[in-house]
Amino acid sequence: MSAGPDRPGQAADPAAPEHGSGGPAAPSVLHLDRLSLSFGGLRALSELELHVADEEIVSMIGPNGAGKTTVFNVITGVYRPSSGDVRFVGRPLAGQPPHRIARMGIARTFQSLRLFLNMSVIENVMAATYGNTRAMPWESILRLPRARREEREVRALAEDILSFFGQRLAGYRWDQPAYSLSYANRRRLEIARALATRPRLLLLDEPAAGMNPAETHEITELIARLRDERGVAILVIEHDMHVVSGCSDRVIALDHGVKIAEGGFDEVAGHPAVVEAYMGRDPGALSDAG
Amino acid sequence: MSLDSQPPAAGPQVGADEWVAREAHRREYLPSWLGTGQRWLERVGWWPRLLVVGLAAAALPLLGLGGFQLQVAIDALVIAMLAVGLNIVVGWAGLLDLGYVAFFGFGAYGFALLSSSQIGPNGIHLPTYLSVPIVMIGAAILGLLVGWPSRRLIGDYLAIVTLFFGEAFVEFTNNVAPSVLGGPNGIVGIDPISIFGSQITTNGGYYYLLVVVLVLTMAVLRLLETSRTGRAWRAVREDPLAASSMTIPVNRVKLMAFAFGAVVAALVGTIFAAQQISVFPTDFDTPILILIYAGLILGGAGSIAGAAAGALVVMVIYDGLLRSPTDSGYLFYGLILLTLVVKLRPWRRLAAVLAATVALGFAAHAIAGALSARAVAGGPASTGWLATALRDWVIVPADAKVLGNWGYVLLVCLLIALVQVSSRWRTILLPPTICLASFVWETRLAVEPAITRQLMIGAILIVMMNARPQGLLGSRRVEAIT
Repeated sequence: MSAGPDRPGQAADPAAPEHGSGGPAAPSVLHLDRLSLSFGGLRALSELELHVADEEIVSMIGPNGAGKTTVFNVITGVYRPSSGDVRFVGRPLAGQPPHRIARMGIARTFQSLRLFLNMSVIENVMAATYGNTRAMPWESILRLPRARREEREVRALAEDILSFFGQRLAGYRWDQPAYSLSYANRRRLEIARALATRPRLLLLDEPAAGMNPAETHEITELIARLRDERGVAILVIEHDMHVVSGCSDRVIALDHGVKIAEGGFDEVAGHPAVVEAYMGRDPGALSDAG
Repeated sequence: MSLDSQPPAAGPQVGADEWVAREAHRREYLPSWLGTGQRWLERVGWWPRLLVVGLAAAALPLLGLGGFQLQVAIDALVIAMLAVGLNIVVGWAGLLDLGYVAFFGFGAYGFALLSSSQIGPNGIHLPTYLSVPIVMIGAAILGLLVGWPSRRLIGDYLAIVTLFFGEAFVEFTNNVAPSVLGGPNGIVGIDPISIFGSQITTNGGYYYLLVVVLVLTMAVLRLLETSRTGRAWRAVREDPLAASSMTIPVNRVKLMAFAFGAVVAALVGTIFAAQQISVFPTDFDTPILILIYAGLILGGAGSIAGAAAGALVVMVIYDGLLRSPTDSGYLFYGLILLTLVVKLRPWRRLAAVLAATVALGFAAHAIAGALSARAVAGGPASTGWLATALRDWVIVPADAKVLGNWGYVLLVCLLIALVQVSSRWRTILLPPTICLASFVWETRLAVEPAITRQLMIGAILIVMMNARPQGLLGSRRVEAIT
């Protein structure tokens, strides 16, 4: 790929906040500032403050309907915030279309898998390099040098990313249609596809949903490896507390679109507001459960 | 089960997953020697295959295609080109464009205006190397213009809006500026296409031109399919939201599909206009659109070769075989026999059904003849040896119109019953159904080819949907469940 994603390097975010209990001093990659979103009368997110530092893994937890996926949809440009600000390495994102946000370096996976099912495994990954390649259709038709070079690079990148998943997405699967993959492998392929956009921030929406304990353990290790070996910051929504405790540097708890706790895993898991959101005020009164 | 405990990649071992995957792959192929042939074809690669098919098509006139056959072949190639172009929009980008035939009309009318005496005192007679590119660029712009307001429409809405566009084109050419566009009388006296200084004036010449253009178009689209653009089109078809989250500008990619489809349609439109020497609004109406779609779906949307093959099959059946009573008779009885041989097992059952059918026909004919001479006074509509063979088997009354119509209604009821009942009743019902079908064929269907060919295409598509939903050469697809 000739032109990498246009990012302003490691420049420190001037708007980097100094807040949160475990807030590290590292420059902020993603910064949500007093973000609110309403659908008619329904307040999905209110005054949400959130930041993710460089190469940090942040988990978002909260009961169903807390607004976790909505946060992803606002960051990736699917929804426009009603008020507040989203900044990615210092640049405002609000109003940008999803494909441009993805090209800036934010990639995501989907809770309900959204693979390109009728394309081959490797094509799924290669398709995600569209925004970072430049060959025009006639260059591809005539197989001009730029098209050929890009195609080679894209293929190599896809093979490199797929081998990151070891035997799971090994070579013999590359040319099989994505629909032939098992559920867990589809989740892995979604992550692979997201990586092909060369993200600086990866948004994972319930990567361990529907996986058995062994696969869940594997995905936890994978998330840590993504950060360590590929240097991406990760914001992950997860219900499985093994995953959350296993990989996160910081945990944020949401309920009804409001941040109710932030900090280390133990701190948040024991926080009275979090317990209340999950269990209800009185442990006996189940009718109040979130 | 950590990643480290996995066996090393690309080892000789075959795990359960891989075995299942290989098994699934194996099932993609046809059984026995057909599958071997399929594998061998795949190994050869796409361009030698395309070349061989192209050369075979070029050799066809040497076997002596008559004037009628040549015209059918030209029409088939035109529809095949259109299906290949439509495949970009429908098969790859997944946009249900029902106005596609208007781009074909635009190409034809554009070429006609630039290559005739229609405009100005002496007319514009641009050379081919200018007029064809101008028309193609115009079509690309028109594609973008039509795509622009429709780019946010999905599914049914896009289909209806583009259908209106297609109809608007026919109305436009019919009613606007009759002195230029000719109204219902169209434009006549169009210059032939000239290549390298020599004019193409014979149908044989246009046949070769169309074969070359079709092969080149298929090659170009094949190169595009596996490129960055082709992948983006298919990604948008599969899941627009996911595509946009993966850096693909969905609207721009859709517009590109519209433009590319329009350019292919306009190109074949110019050749069509030059070959016909005239264009009329009715040449670009909905029936043509239906044929293009029938070809694309029959061949397998998403596959270039499928689109071309499907369109050729549809057109050869629709335009060629079903026009002459004898040829259509061969097709009709041949298809029935083929279906019985393929579907009926064990062989005993097949033999019993065939024998019962033959016996029932002769018996019914004899009884009807004994009751009244008028009941068997008419001859079968088929000619040639088929007529001789059928003379004493199928009942054709002297005045068969009304009876034939009732027979048709009864036949439809019987066919519906046939797919509902149990296997034993089906065996019993088959012989009378076949006898009734041939009665209806000889009295009504064979004498009304204009209606029959529509019915036949419909029937073929229904059979295809059940037997092989992905089309002749298409690959199996799944729908995302969200």
